[in-house]
Amino acid sequence: MSKTTTGGMSRRTLLKGSAITAGFIGTTAVTGFPAVHADEPITLRYLSTATNQSPAIAAKAKEVTGINVEYVTVTTDDVTKRIITQPDSFDLVDSEYASLPNLIPSGNLMGIDAKKVKLVDKLVTAMTQGKVDGKAIGDQGTAPHKVFYLEKQRGKTFAKEQTEWITLIPTTYNADTLGIRPDLIKRPIESWAELLNPEFKGKAAILNIPSIGIMDAAMVNEAMGLVKYGDKGNMTKEEIDKTIATLIEAKKAGQFRAFWTDFNESVNLMASGETVIQSMWSPAVTAVRLKGIPCTFQPLKEGYRAWASGFGLPKTLKGKKLDAAYEFINWFLSGWAGAYLNRQGYYAAVLETAKENMEPYEWAFWMEGKPAEKDIHGPDGGLLEKAGSTRDGGSYNTRMGAVACWNSTMTENAYMVQKWNEFIAA
Amino acid sequence: MLDVKSRWTPYWQAAPLAAVFFVFFLLPLLVTFVVSFWTYTGYSIDPAFVTDNYATAFDKCFASLPDLCTTFRTYLSTLKFCLLVWMITLTLGFTVAYYLVFEIKSPTTRIVLALLTTIPFWTSNVIRMISWIPLLGRNGLVNQALMGSGLIHEPIDWLLYSSFSVTLSLVHINTVFMIVPILNSMSRIDKSLIEAAYDTGATGWQTIWNVIIPLSKTGIAIGSIFVITVVMGDFISIGLMGGQQIASAGKVIESQINALQFPIAAANAIVLLAIVLVIIWMLLRFVDIRKEL
Repeated sequence: MSKTTTGGMSRRTLLKGSAITAGFIGTTAVTGFPAVHADEPITLRYLSTATNQSPAIAAKAKEVTGINVEYVTVTTDDVTKRIITQPDSFDLVDSEYASLPNLIPSGNLMGIDAKKVKLVDKLVTAMTQGKVDGKAIGDQGTAPHKVFYLEKQRGKTFAKEQTEWITLIPTTYNADTLGIRPDLIKRPIESWAELLNPEFKGKAAILNIPSIGIMDAAMVNEAMGLVKYGDKGNMTKEEIDKTIATLIEAKKAGQFRAFWTDFNESVNLMASGETVIQSMWSPAVTAVRLKGIPCTFQPLKEGYRAWASGFGLPKTLKGKKLDAAYEFINWFLSGWAGAYLNRQGYYAAVLETAKENMEPYEWAFWMEGKPAEKDIHGPDGGLLEKAGSTRDGGSYNTRMGAVACWNSTMTENAYMVQKWNEFIAA
Repeated sequence: MLDVKSRWTPYWQAAPLAAVFFVFFLLPLLVTFVVSFWTYTGYSIDPAFVTDNYATAFDKCFASLPDLCTTFRTYLSTLKFCLLVWMITLTLGFTVAYYLVFEIKSPTTRIVLALLTTIPFWTSNVIRMISWIPLLGRNGLVNQALMGSGLIHEPIDWLLYSSFSVTLSLVHINTVFMIVPILNSMSRIDKSLIEAAYDTGATGWQTIWNVIIPLSKTGIAIGSIFVITVVMGDFISIGLMGGQQIASAGKVIESQINALQFPIAAANAIVLLAIVLVIIWMLLRFVDIRKEL
């Protein structure tokens, strides 16, 4: 995933506004909330990327639980870096499952007590078992179900079986694919291989975050029949060499217009017509469409590259703050936040409660892939889709059911980054 | 007693700045140097003394010659930008400074115009970069104007995300670093020297070459140091304007830091520092800044 500045300007401005509001609320009366919090409101420092933060969620949490949420906004890479280098600088973290192979051995996170999470049995099976609608989905890479449980609370190894210690409680997840400009391409696009089709010479882009870019590249290589992977999410050196070789060849032939690392860059490239096909994230596609420019988050026959993130607790958290963290997590799963995330085009960790907080027509559009009965609005009230349109890729079961691989941390990560730099320099 | 006091005075006067430099510059640099010899995993860095990180930085560099390895190619590309940007900013900076000092008579106008040269700094780096897209992009103003005038029929692609656009934006940002020090040196040139040159029959060009340039040498050297160090370490402009398709030493270091490979990033940072120091050392051989100040 690795959303750097989802939502761009407007959300950032909102964030500031909410910080002021939150500060204001904090200093005024806190009456009417449970007694535990009445004496002194507890503040949780919530570390994550901008994607996973929303002033509205913080405000609602404050209203219901009395807990102050203080967002610490950094990039995906910095979330990982912070957990490893400054584990005392936050009380709650929303991190990607893909980073866990680096985070858990560091010992800086502690297992979350499943008994204290009320809806633990309702967590979606896509996360806990790697299944959607009872059927197994692709689990190449760091699929969440592989790194979901710990042997013991302060363990440094993942458990193969279900245990009572959970690494991360899922917050959001999604299935990513290529974004295209249907108005400029003017024909159906069905395969990842199209990214390197010479037809789009000088009009393609790939994202320059090595750990994610390499996965997109692997989907392309596999689709073109150039490389057969054992596990795209954990390549051998030879597989990395072959994958990068294809990219270098395409780059030298002038296939790429640019590479991007930041959400807004991908929006600009697509909206300005500099590119017509590229790696993309779902909210970026929405952002292009909101400008009145056609853009499709194109489902492809080889499937999706999925990602997931979830709440983790730093090992040093204790006392009232620890209780508050569990309370916040329980509230987060209780539906309001889930509905909010679903309306952004992500998926919530507990679908039942999210459904209760959405209008039936919203649920039908976002989750069942049905044509919108009414205009579809985003959580901030902005018009996302006109009545009659359908979601790209269709229903939850169709989209998540077609996941081919997950964002990951490879064993050969150091080698991969070295080769990726070679590609950029080529 | 008095002697002792005066002997130590300059030292304690310099002490606060020295302390700041020690804590925020020397110490981190030392740590970087030490860490560059450590080993690492995805989640930890461990004290050691290995040269593997430097070996990785120059992986296959000597074996594969005459083909250039990634590191050599990256530095060569950065050096190319450095040279190009240095030459252009020097020409522009010198010309602008000359105009401000010798052609503008009113001091007020001179100050106003000098302040105008800082306009590129009024907006943030990122906004400045993004605003090039509507200008130079495939559907940008320049292409639209050229197509509208019938000069071209297909949009020109190399205006953006190319060496051209990188050079353009680096020049745009860095020219002011050249203008200010040269302006400063030039404005201290005794005007009677110029008159003397004219009186003894020197042409305009001869005056510039034999009087003004030698007397502006300090400013040129300081401006050059600014520009060269900024361009050598730059990865944001090169990244954004090159469509991230052009490698830079800074970007390599950033990717490694993001992948939590601190020791190898440290090794690359030391290599970059060494290269920049060598360039500056060569510059200082031409100009003794301390003598001229």
